[in-house]
Amino acid sequence: MNRHVKIKSARSAAQSHFRTLRLGTPFQPRIDALGLKQDWYSWAGYRAPHSLWDEELEYFAIRSQAALFDISPMTKYRIEGPDAEAYLDRVTLRDVTKLKPGRVHYTAWCDDEGFVLDDGTLFRLSSTRFRLCSQERHLPWLLDSAIGYEVSVEEETEAVAGLALQGPTSFAILRDAGFAGVERLKIFDLAEFAHDGATITISRTGFTGDLGYELFVPADKALSLWDRLMAAGELRGIRAIGYTALNRARLEAGLIVANADFTASEHAIRADRLRMPDEIGLGFMVDPEKGHFNGRRAILEARARKKLHHVLVGLEIEGNIPAEHAIVYYRKSHEVGLVSAAMWSPMAKRNIALASLQRPYGDTIVDDLWVEIYAMRELQYQKLMKKAKVVPRPFIKLDRRTANPPADF
Amino acid sequence: MTSSDLNWDAIVIGGGHNGLVAAATLARSGRKVLLLEAGNEIGGAARTEEFAPGFRVSAVAHLLNRLHPDVMKTLELERHGLKVERGDFVPSVALSKDGPLVLHGAYGEVLTGASPSEQSAWKELRAQLLRYAGILKPFLSRRPPDLGGMSLAEMTGLGQTALALKKLGKEDMRDFLRLLLMNVYDLLDEQLSDDRLKGLLAFDATLGSHLGPRSPTSLLGLYYRLAGEIGGLAGAQIQPKGGMGAVVDAIRSAAEKAGVMIRPVSPVAKVIVEKGHAVGVVTQKGETLRARTVVSAINPATTILDLVGPREVDTGFLRKVKNIRMKGDAAKLHLALDRPPQFTGVDAAGHKGRLVIAPSPDHVECAFNPSKYGEFSPEPVMEITLPSLADQSLAPSGACVLSAVVQYAPYALKQGWTAGKPHFLKAIMAQLEAYAPGIGATVRHAELLTPADIEARYRMPGGHWHHGELQADQMLMSRPVSGWSGYDTPLEGLFLAGAGSHPGGGISGAPGLNAARRIIAMRA
Repeated sequence: MNRHVKIKSARSAAQSHFRTLRLGTPFQPRIDALGLKQDWYSWAGYRAPHSLWDEELEYFAIRSQAALFDISPMTKYRIEGPDAEAYLDRVTLRDVTKLKPGRVHYTAWCDDEGFVLDDGTLFRLSSTRFRLCSQERHLPWLLDSAIGYEVSVEEETEAVAGLALQGPTSFAILRDAGFAGVERLKIFDLAEFAHDGATITISRTGFTGDLGYELFVPADKALSLWDRLMAAGELRGIRAIGYTALNRARLEAGLIVANADFTASEHAIRADRLRMPDEIGLGFMVDPEKGHFNGRRAILEARARKKLHHVLVGLEIEGNIPAEHAIVYYRKSHEVGLVSAAMWSPMAKRNIALASLQRPYGDTIVDDLWVEIYAMRELQYQKLMKKAKVVPRPFIKLDRRTANPPADF
Repeated sequence: MTSSDLNWDAIVIGGGHNGLVAAATLARSGRKVLLLEAGNEIGGAARTEEFAPGFRVSAVAHLLNRLHPDVMKTLELERHGLKVERGDFVPSVALSKDGPLVLHGAYGEVLTGASPSEQSAWKELRAQLLRYAGILKPFLSRRPPDLGGMSLAEMTGLGQTALALKKLGKEDMRDFLRLLLMNVYDLLDEQLSDDRLKGLLAFDATLGSHLGPRSPTSLLGLYYRLAGEIGGLAGAQIQPKGGMGAVVDAIRSAAEKAGVMIRPVSPVAKVIVEKGHAVGVVTQKGETLRARTVVSAINPATTILDLVGPREVDTGFLRKVKNIRMKGDAAKLHLALDRPPQFTGVDAAGHKGRLVIAPSPDHVECAFNPSKYGEFSPEPVMEITLPSLADQSLAPSGACVLSAVVQYAPYALKQGWTAGKPHFLKAIMAQLEAYAPGIGATVRHAELLTPADIEARYRMPGGHWHHGELQADQMLMSRPVSGWSGYDTPLEGLFLAGAGSHPGGGISGAPGLNAARRIIAMRA
């Protein structure tokens, strides 16, 4: 009898993870306290806020003050070894030999068929140590790719917490918090700083198109970092925000999100949903001159044989009704694509959208494009056929994002 | 540019019979071809080698039963000394304590030693097996269907297969489809009753693969065997005079006549890759040789993992290559005997044939079982030839050579082959003694090649003579890996031409010929 109880309790201890359907991040105590709306979603298994107290004000915190956003659920890999550079050069699209220590670049990686597995940011922490951040998990792929290289690949998503501090006053907050030397960081620079007896990494990067920084901290020092920033930012309008606000800012910046604006190749069930870099606006990353990289043969062949069927474009749509998930037409009748993200942009004062179109539409044929917006008005759709114009991305360009030294707002 | 880095049209890596066939075929199309062989001798696993003073034997492959007629024709091998006549066909003898049963001619055109009812059942089954193997036969000399995009010729080829199926008639076509992935054990149980005959067929179906007769799809092995032909007859077999090395000599002579430059003792260290193109090789001696086309007739995994290197290919492809199953399960025994052995109840003609110890399908299955768990068969099954009876040049006067393929001998033996080999040899000798009493006392020298030995000596990873298990999931468009079954590779200018490619192993020359044809068609 006793034995039975013992086994049962040991088992439930070992299996208790299933009782926590959504994990908390190291910042959860602070976010829970601020999450007045209790509006959660699951970000890679973590409990993340859509919005904490007011979507609109959270968005304007990014653009007018400073916004603090918990990026801990982002997948993070520590990649280290004498062959780390060569390894990442083979796995990812861009030329990693050109990425100097202390720099970050936005990149993507593909499978053998040249279809995008994910996009993400690559941080070069030293000549032999990198951090790769992404939306999806890729450990088996990264490990199999490591065959033949002297390199170790370790997932550090749980061990390392992350914060994005974005907005005009973000620099001043970091300076006031005592991170001496942070003024020297140019866009896409990174450096290490002391915090609470540990070392944290601060990079001048972000997902908002604004002046901003990302901070990576050992999980056990996460709360003290949060408190330090909140205290330093009190008079500069620092606010914790949720994903809805960030999603608006990233759309204005023209940035894409895996599995929102394109389907990552390991997720796609339907063969025509797979996308090559050129089909989602990432063709600029492909470097045929560097050494071999995954998908090279397929991508170059698709280019040579003109087998690229899609294109991702920025649209400006007449009116002010967001065209989210609207169908795009040519001459109001011929279906040519779909809007994946859309909003009225308070910064651009334009009705903007990202859309995937079937070439040649959006590529060589850019005139006479329309979107059909279904606007629900008291249980009835008002169908609006609105003119759409292909426009360059980003939709907004803020000088403060790249200004040196960063402005003291 | 010095004369040593002279440019070749094609460099063929590996002087096994497939490498020679590919080289010869390419040279006959007007290409300047260099063949590099790592060992001192060409021929690979089809060499004739001296294993004891005065005793010579076919090294791994000892029976010729599937040299493809297109290879014979394309390379005019008859003119180069390889003649196959009906009189050369040797019988298969199923040894048994109840007295032997003999399949004469081309795979038992006549069966002796069985009851009249069994004879008529065999006649029917044999016809059926040959009919069905015949449907699959055209695939041997073609690229596997390319699911990505088929040419008109490939479509026509598939269409012909569909037509051949249709011609079988409704009932027969249904039966063909029913049997295709069946295990050989159940089929034999359905159609035959004589354990000796069933044992022989069960042995043949599983020879060279990690399958027992009861393993699903084991019948495919028998189809593969019967899709082969020699001297124009499906299922026939001969023991080439001079051993398998004589076959290699004929192909070599054809290759040299066509202008192939053959260089032994030239192991290749790497394939040079520039921007996704294979442009040549570097030998282990450090010599750089450049060519428009590089043909690798060695193991596909060795080619990609060692010569090309994982960095030059995509991760998905690398995964597939690493996952090719190729752990051999067969050993090769060579005995130098003081005098010819006497197998009980077997006549003189039978001794010159293929003697099979596989007394029943259950016996074969029981022999297979331990190999699943890393142990050799305590009562192994085997096919035995006594090549010196027909060709006295292979042994000193009065003495005799015994050559046997023995199953099952798992590559990854749990106790390791250093420790296990003497025990396995003992088990084999006990089996032989039971069927040829007194043989043990006449052994002057015994050489047992375990899969580990075969791997080291013949550069066959896993000691697998097919260079990759020949099972349904590694056949046709999945051989050597799915997506790259048509002899080309993700590297432009690099082709695979060995047994690891479709259709598979055995002395057929088909992979080499098909690869060469592919290269010629691409550049035409």
